[in-house]
Amino acid sequence: MDNEKLSLPNYNIPQDIENVVAITTLDRLYNWGRRSSVWPLMFGLACCAIEMIAAQTARYDMARFGMEVMRPTPRQADMMLVSGTVTKKMLPSIIRLYNQMPEPKYVVAMGACASSGGPFKEGYNVVAGIDKFLPVDVYIPGCPPTPQALIAGMIKLQEKIDKESISKVRWYNKEKFDGNYVPMPLLGPDLIDVRRNTEIRDIAAKKTTQESA
Amino acid sequence: MATATQTQTVDLAARFPGMVSADTRPGYTGFIVNKDNLIEVATAVRDEFGFDLMTAVTGVDYIAENKMEVVYHAFKTTGGAGLVFKVQVERVDPIEVPSLINIWPGVDFQEREAWDLYGIKFTGHPDLRRILMWEGFEGHPLRKDWKEPFYEEDVKPYKSRWPEGNHTYAEEKNPYRDNLNFPEGFDPEKFTVDKEEDLYLSLERDTAKDVDGSMKTEHIVVNMGPHHPSTHGVLRVAVTLDGETIIGLKPVMGYLHRNHDKIGERNTYLQIIPYTDRLDYFNSMSNNFGYVTTIEKLMKIQVAERAEYIRVIMAELSRVQNHLIFIGMLMNDLGTMYTPSLYAFEERELVLDIFEAVSGTRMMCNYFRFGGVVRDIPDYVLQKIKDLVFERLPAKTDEMERFLNENEVLVARLKGIHVLNAEDAIKYSVTGPVLRATGVPYDLRRADPYSIYDRFDFDVAVRHNGDMMDNYLIRFDEIRQSLRILEQALKQIPQGPINSQKAAYQVRVPAGEAYGRIESPKGELGFYVVSNGKPNPYRYHVRPASFVNLTAVESMCKGSKIADFVALLAMLDIVMGELDR
Ligand code: SF4
Repeated sequence: MDNEKLSLPNYNIPQDIENVVAITTLDRLYNWGRRSSVWPLMFGLACCAIEMIAAQTARYDMARFGMEVMRPTPRQADMMLVSGTVTKKMLPSIIRLYNQMPEPKYVVAMGACASSGGPFKEGYNVVAGIDKFLPVDVYIPGCPPTPQALIAGMIKLQEKIDKESISKVRWYNKEKFDGNYVPMPLLGPDLIDVRRNTEIRDIAAKKTTQESA
Repeated sequence: MATATQTQTVDLAARFPGMVSADTRPGYTGFIVNKDNLIEVATAVRDEFGFDLMTAVTGVDYIAENKMEVVYHAFKTTGGAGLVFKVQVERVDPIEVPSLINIWPGVDFQEREAWDLYGIKFTGHPDLRRILMWEGFEGHPLRKDWKEPFYEEDVKPYKSRWPEGNHTYAEEKNPYRDNLNFPEGFDPEKFTVDKEEDLYLSLERDTAKDVDGSMKTEHIVVNMGPHHPSTHGVLRVAVTLDGETIIGLKPVMGYLHRNHDKIGERNTYLQIIPYTDRLDYFNSMSNNFGYVTTIEKLMKIQVAERAEYIRVIMAELSRVQNHLIFIGMLMNDLGTMYTPSLYAFEERELVLDIFEAVSGTRMMCNYFRFGGVVRDIPDYVLQKIKDLVFERLPAKTDEMERFLNENEVLVARLKGIHVLNAEDAIKYSVTGPVLRATGVPYDLRRADPYSIYDRFDFDVAVRHNGDMMDNYLIRFDEIRQSLRILEQALKQIPQGPINSQKAAYQVRVPAGEAYGRIESPKGELGFYVVSNGKPNPYRYHVRPASFVNLTAVESMCKGSKIADFVALLAMLDIVMGELDR
């Protein structure tokens, strides 16, 4: 970011130190640092991942936005790019990866599949959108989204980061912040979302009574 | 021409009277074998008749006749037509069919798939676990009476959306308001999670017991994946290690199982084409090719002359692009992070530009139609292709070879590692470049020519050592041969219509069955389609190259180092969209 964007406007800096000193808010500095080094988790699920790789290569070059450092371990990643179809069999692993990522963390749903199930929504092994389990920050439409669309989505994420304030972000809020853990779903006769256990039992029980009636 | 595969060359019924009968249903070919004689007949098929390559095994659920059928497609590695034989059993659980794993070990995964999706028990199979779904999943999803949670109607287009176009959310109709379905009276709190004991038991059973008695070591079991930093998507392997040496290994897949077959059986014939794009997502053009070839076989239609050339051009461009990426990704997995793959992707982008110009999208081309292709190639695109094929790609291929081939580290990591011999490769039904690198010149473009490949002058690339180095070099050979085909096709391409049929939303496909196969960049890509004359296929099955090639992985990597395993995955050139479907 150049000086003009970083400095608060309307604050007079003596002319002779203008290029040396910048006066800004802590929020701006904090966000500027974070938005320019969003490290994605190196993690591809399906066809969309190929476009994600393409976006990293010379022609599109995501490095221009500080997003080229793909980390294979979730412990070092800031952003999870859900690039592809989320299947029921894969979901527990995705949730585990998400839980292992330290805050601040963001989730981007890339493509129709990650956003809603896409062309495979009706499939018996497909989760109809990662947002049923994880809080999604940006949705990128397309099947697959072109690398340009992916970059546009990343810029949207940067805009979101720009709006955050260090005094309000959840990860510094000691009283309220609970670590943002998502309970692990289980693989039973079908995918079991443990947050909905009672509900599932009730509906399954109702089915029996209906059929026996 | 392609239809030649269907002619019967062998009369099994005459050889085995009383045990085998010809399949006389209209539109069907092949033989029906008595279940009890299957092993005997299959042994003769391999040893007497010489069908050494068992490529496709799959089930079909004929619910109206109360029958479950297993269909086998066997071929000869010397080329020519295949042999189809089937076994029919009563559709009452337990459905049991003898396993052919001792005759063709390559049926391993495909039989497990049929067990998983159809509930057909293959007696004698040593490791019959679910393969695509997880252990404990309720039901066998490809059976015709199994309904998924978002089930709406048997076939598309759904009446609710067509012709009026009233859409509803699938979630509203399901009691769980999600893609879920539980058996009656299910209580999640009392549920205990499957600890995958079966997997570890089977791993232990196949682990080499006595490695090297000189030092007492403890074995450890490591799970690699489904999330891991190699570039091959969500494959998981459970390995037993003795130090750094692999002594046992089981691949675990299904993490990208997107229910391609089930969705395909609901779609109309035309609606399937875009789904095939998403199989092997590097090569949507080849996938389209395989699928439309199969349906054209069923429909018995001719393809427009110009379209044939366009198809070949697109498929070969796709192959060039795929092999370049293969080389880049192999380097990635060997540890030369990014630089070679950046070079590869640079060329790939140029090929994708062409795909985008003709079809409208970069990756999911949806370009082929029954009888031709959907749009013509404009002249300026043809010129672009010519520039690429005559000028740029040959030079770039040479450049890559110059940069890489002699590199000391590369040679050390590839030469003599993971040797597969021809016998094993055939045994495990391996196809594609991996098979050809072992010295078997089996390329469907020559062995069983489809489309217009018999008109071109090219050599089948073969290498003889079967190690990683040969697998790497053969990709360069194939790129060169593809460029040769492209040069001829570009010179010969005629003017004319691009489709022999009228554009239609629905096509009439006469009842019958067909198995169509093409040489995709990864190996034999087959489609088995059964039509009952309705607008939707009755059975639609994909025989992906990656999936079957993976059968060989266990025997290939025992005794090698764990660090080389990732490179082995790269060498097999697997892609999860196709592997798991
Ligand atoms: S959105 Fe399309 S391209 Fe992306 S993973 Fe889904 S099917 Fe593949």
